[in-house]
Amino acid sequence: MAETIVEMLSYPFMVRAFIVGILVSLCSALLGVSLVLKRYSMIGDGLSHVGFGALAAAAALNAAPLAVAIPVVILAAVLLLRVSASNMIKGDAAIALISTSALAVGIMVISMTTGMNTDVYNYMFGSILAMSSQDVEMSVLLSIVVLVLYVFFYHKIFAITFDETFALATGVKANLYNTLIAVLTAVTIVLGMRMMGTLLISSLIIFPSLTSMRVCRTFRSVTISSAVVSVVCFCVGIMVSYFFATPAGASVVVVNLLMLGIYTIAGALRRQSVAS
Amino acid sequence: MALVLCDDITIAYEGQIVVRDLTFQIEQGDYLCIVGENGSGKSTLVKSLLGLKAPVKGRIELGDGLKPREIGYLPQQMDVQKDFPASVQEIVLSGRLNSRGLFPFYSAGDRKQAEAMMLLLGIQDLKKSCFRDLSGGQRQRVLLARALCATKKMLLLDEPVTGLDPIVTAEFYQLIKEVNETCRIAVVMVSHDIESALRDASHILHLQETALFYGRAEDYRKSPVGHKFLDSIGSPAKRGV
Repeated sequence: MAETIVEMLSYPFMVRAFIVGILVSLCSALLGVSLVLKRYSMIGDGLSHVGFGALAAAAALNAAPLAVAIPVVILAAVLLLRVSASNMIKGDAAIALISTSALAVGIMVISMTTGMNTDVYNYMFGSILAMSSQDVEMSVLLSIVVLVLYVFFYHKIFAITFDETFALATGVKANLYNTLIAVLTAVTIVLGMRMMGTLLISSLIIFPSLTSMRVCRTFRSVTISSAVVSVVCFCVGIMVSYFFATPAGASVVVVNLLMLGIYTIAGALRRQSVAS
Repeated sequence: MALVLCDDITIAYEGQIVVRDLTFQIEQGDYLCIVGENGSGKSTLVKSLLGLKAPVKGRIELGDGLKPREIGYLPQQMDVQKDFPASVQEIVLSGRLNSRGLFPFYSAGDRKQAEAMMLLLGIQDLKKSCFRDLSGGQRQRVLLARALCATKKMLLLDEPVTGLDPIVTAEFYQLIKEVNETCRIAVVMVSHDIESALRDASHILHLQETALFYGRAEDYRKSPVGHKFLDSIGSPAKRGV
């Protein structure tokens, strides 16, 4: 076992996949707790579709993928928040609207330029080979920014997640922090989506916090548990992907699903033992 | 000067006037009940008192050292909180955020204050409990403790007893009364419950877009507005019971 792991890590692409993946799963798990509790889970899904459109456009223009995708997705995130806050269109409808539009535009661009090829397939379902060393540098840098901001604003994020009106009344600038969360989510999604795939990246946001909430009962423990669960599931998933040659994104999601099952049972047992 | 002085304010949403030409004030230690039917502008007025909605006309002045971010607010119970994973301690502590400024973590003083408030409201044993496991009455005590952490001068309660059973409601009113009297904290409560309002409050503001009545609670009973309103709901309070 140890030998095969050493062998696995002797491939530079695997090391890159591990570094980027662990950082992205950590960030998305932290942000996910707040997003899930605020009923914004689908924002991840919507933004990943926008990311797909942006990557397709970048490929058509021969531009650097992240340099195009990050600003576009951040813009989409801010727009989504504004639209759903203004009550013009309900939050879930707004997300569906933006995400399908972006997906359609992306596919139009691709079919008019390169045509549907393996690149597109990889964008959709993710590839373990997708990470370049430039991506690694970028994701290390951005993940550090996400983590530092999260820890720094942790109590304020708790306050606006739990009760936005009270937070506003006591002078917490809720809009600012909502925007911050959306922007950090956008960055995290763009970083992770080429490995996890457009269709599956939102699972990194939703699964760990839902899993943790089966068992944990305080915000702090849910946050910590989500981070741990997310990283563990990612590592197990990526090894499954390596050993069985399955797509990375799908493998990670399946491991997350199993973990959710285990936590659900554990939570039910715990409740029973408390009740009896 | 008064803690809060509302001078001839008009509040509007998208051009629709919700509250008009309203003047009243809240002094230190007052217990003001805002009563009125649904859609009479009570919740809007609460938003304006919290500084979240500026009046289109008139002004709201705070005095006596009350700062805009130091009103202890207790919101109506919302659905979103019901399955929220948070301990009582985490929630009560979050009331201290307004004194934190930019500094990101709580101090020992904040923790002590939160402890003191939990003790005052008799929920110190629930400190580690999960909010979603508590009964309705316990939840309101937690939110009251949080509000008290945020203020030294004034509480603003928005229909705090909605959904509570009669015994718990009575206990909760008793608690508010105690806080009002022993801590000398002014209480502003939006309420449907006119009878308890008349029993506990020192002042009544009957709102129907504008003030139908504003004055001392004992005068409300004798006023034509109060008389009519109490009559219409068949209240024994009219007879001074």
